[in-house]
Amino acid sequence: MLDIHELVAKVEGKQILNGLNLSIKPGEVHAIMGPNGAGKSTLGNVLTGRAGYDVVSGDVTFNGKNLFELEVEERAREGVFLAFQYPVEIPGVSNMEFLKASVDARRKHLGLPELSSFDFMKLARECSQKVSLDPAFLKRGVNEGFSGGEKKRNEIMQMMLLEPRLCILDETDSGLDIDALQVVAAGVNAMRDSARSFIVVTHYQRLLDFIVPDYVHVLANGRIVRTGDKELAKELEAKGYGWLEKEGV
Amino acid sequence: MSARMTNSRQSIPAPMSAFQRHALMMAKQQSVAASHGHLLSSLREQGASEFERATWPGRKLEHWKYTSVQALQSNETAVWAAGSSASAECLATQLIPMHATRLVFVDGVLDAAASDTMPEGICLFSQADNLATDVIEANLGKVAGTVDPARRNLFASLNGAWTLDGLLIHVARNVVLEKPVYLVYVSTAQHNVVANLRTLVVLEQGASAQIIEHFLSSEHVSGNNGFVNTLTEIQLGPNAQLHHTRLNLEHEAAIHVGAVHVNLMRDAVLNGFTLSEGSQLKRIDYQLNHCGQGASLSFDGVYLARHDQQVDYHTCIEHRVPNCTSQQVFRGIVGNKAKAVFNGRIHIFEDAQKTLAEMSNRNLLTSNSAEIYTKPELEIYADDVKCAHGATISQLDETALYYLLSRGISPANARTMLSFGFINELLSSLTIEPLRVWLEAWLRNRFSEDRSLVSDIKPATDSGAEP
Ligand SMILES: Nc1ncnc2c1ncn2[C@@H]1O[C@H](COP(=O)(O)OP(=O)(O)O)[C@@H](O)[C@H]1O
Ligand SMILES: [Mg+2]
Repeated sequence: MLDIHELVAKVEGKQILNGLNLSIKPGEVHAIMGPNGAGKSTLGNVLTGRAGYDVVSGDVTFNGKNLFELEVEERAREGVFLAFQYPVEIPGVSNMEFLKASVDARRKHLGLPELSSFDFMKLARECSQKVSLDPAFLKRGVNEGFSGGEKKRNEIMQMMLLEPRLCILDETDSGLDIDALQVVAAGVNAMRDSARSFIVVTHYQRLLDFIVPDYVHVLANGRIVRTGDKELAKELEAKGYGWLEKEGV
Repeated sequence: MSARMTNSRQSIPAPMSAFQRHALMMAKQQSVAASHGHLLSSLREQGASEFERATWPGRKLEHWKYTSVQALQSNETAVWAAGSSASAECLATQLIPMHATRLVFVDGVLDAAASDTMPEGICLFSQADNLATDVIEANLGKVAGTVDPARRNLFASLNGAWTLDGLLIHVARNVVLEKPVYLVYVSTAQHNVVANLRTLVVLEQGASAQIIEHFLSSEHVSGNNGFVNTLTEIQLGPNAQLHHTRLNLEHEAAIHVGAVHVNLMRDAVLNGFTLSEGSQLKRIDYQLNHCGQGASLSFDGVYLARHDQQVDYHTCIEHRVPNCTSQQVFRGIVGNKAKAVFNGRIHIFEDAQKTLAEMSNRNLLTSNSAEIYTKPELEIYADDVKCAHGATISQLDETALYYLLSRGISPANARTMLSFGFINELLSSLTIEPLRVWLEAWLRNRFSEDRSLVSDIKPATDSGAEP
């Protein structure tokens, strides 16, 4: 599904990713942990093609396609989805309009007919209920005045609507209380299937009690420095990241 | 042929433009009715004499620096509009459907057939009873009259010189007008006609009202060169509350020069909103005066200009007394070869301590040949005040653009959504729901019609994901 090979990338002239390798098969859930500033968000931004995140070398194949040959919107339509660490507020553009435009674009790409406004409304309401977001939020500006937790739930709702192939969750759990965390985890678990893969970036082992990963990676200094199973997350929680550096990995 | 000032000394009047001479002649052509003429005579005389002495706008005149009045300057053929009525089609397609007291004026003349009956307190000057006459006498010209003569707009003077009749909206003490008053001003395709509109709004202590002024052109307009000159004076008594909305959506061949003057007395509240599309010449002045302590105003404005249009907003907020607040937000999008001006003046008088004044002006330019002149003018003479202002000419927000693209939305569609949203955000201050809904639909249509108002200019950093 996703093969990242020796990826080196710069942000504003500064090299952040230093030869990162990661391979993900369909249906797998990979957790990525690591200290602040390690390059976790940078990885998400590079994979989605954000302007200003420059690939220096290496390559990424997504379902057989060279990801770097695709524009931002083309990657999204192919099924790459990033739940933002900091979702963007766009006052003046209604959440509903935004969601409809997203779903229309994805469906068009898949050769499916556009949903009628009525059918879309129905679908959007269902999804908003699944993430415990009052449907009234659909009428508000995109993330406008949403609390931190509401923004994160809005991201998960978008993931449900778009049904991506690869979901990258960038600290979706940060700042969430336990109830919101369970809502998010339930949303993710409901979407897990043999064809869909996840990269879950988190600082907290507790999320991984709800979303059980197949692999746990430690990203430090722009590389994957250790890979293990969910026990590794517990070890990290107990010991921090310092011991990895001391071991010189 | 220009009448540009060659000698700026005030004692020697500059030569008048052809239009100035012609306009004064038109004032003489008007026959003032004996019935209410006495109400208007001093306004007319004073207006004519100010207009005669006024310097015709040109690049050297600070408040007309960027806006060309060429379209009027040499016009010696303008005539008074003949009365006509609005076509059913025009009314059906352009009126905002809402529960309101609707009054329709066609080329400046009331179209009774298209209008509701006027409720108590609302009348034409020409039909004023004793009470209304007293209100007119006490207020007409008094709100606009407080402007420093050096800054007086000559078209406001001309409006006085041309005032033959007008509309009075008087809301008595503690009366709440439940229904909005919806004033529709239709310009027809009559060639080269002039309409002069004078409106006086007086809210007594504790009164409350919602007023919408909607300017439009009847549908089959081609090469219309009509000139509409308007002046709305608003006196808000202590604790009075007014929602005032003004929409200038005329055809782009129309010439509109207009002004809104408001006095706010103690604890009065004004919620103002204005939206204008550009035209051959569109100039709108707002003069908002805090005259009583505790008064507050919020005022949002939008201008959209494309093609060869120009639109010019001059706002002036005077904090004459302490403890008042003003919040002003203007946004504009300028495309093609259009030109827009926003000149926001805030004058805080020496006595006006504890003033809170905020002004923001943001602009999107959607073409390299479009022009925007934005100028804050702050005069602050009190020391214990909070005054914030900001003016920007910017591009679409890159992070927001990335967010939309990352959901699969095409760049073209994303830019349309963000440009629309940039303006639509301000509509949320409209409290009359059918008005907001109508305007949002109008705006959506404007953005889908052509791409001249969509910011397509590439952001500075380009897509960087290429190896
Ligand atoms: N847009 C940006 N501009 C400048 N520096 C950035 C930008 N994004 C990330 N960085 C830098 O890249 C490094 C990695 O950041 P990030 O990927 O956000 O780390 P993480 O998500 O692991 O905490 C940090 O040093 C950060 O300051
Ligand atoms: Mg991060």
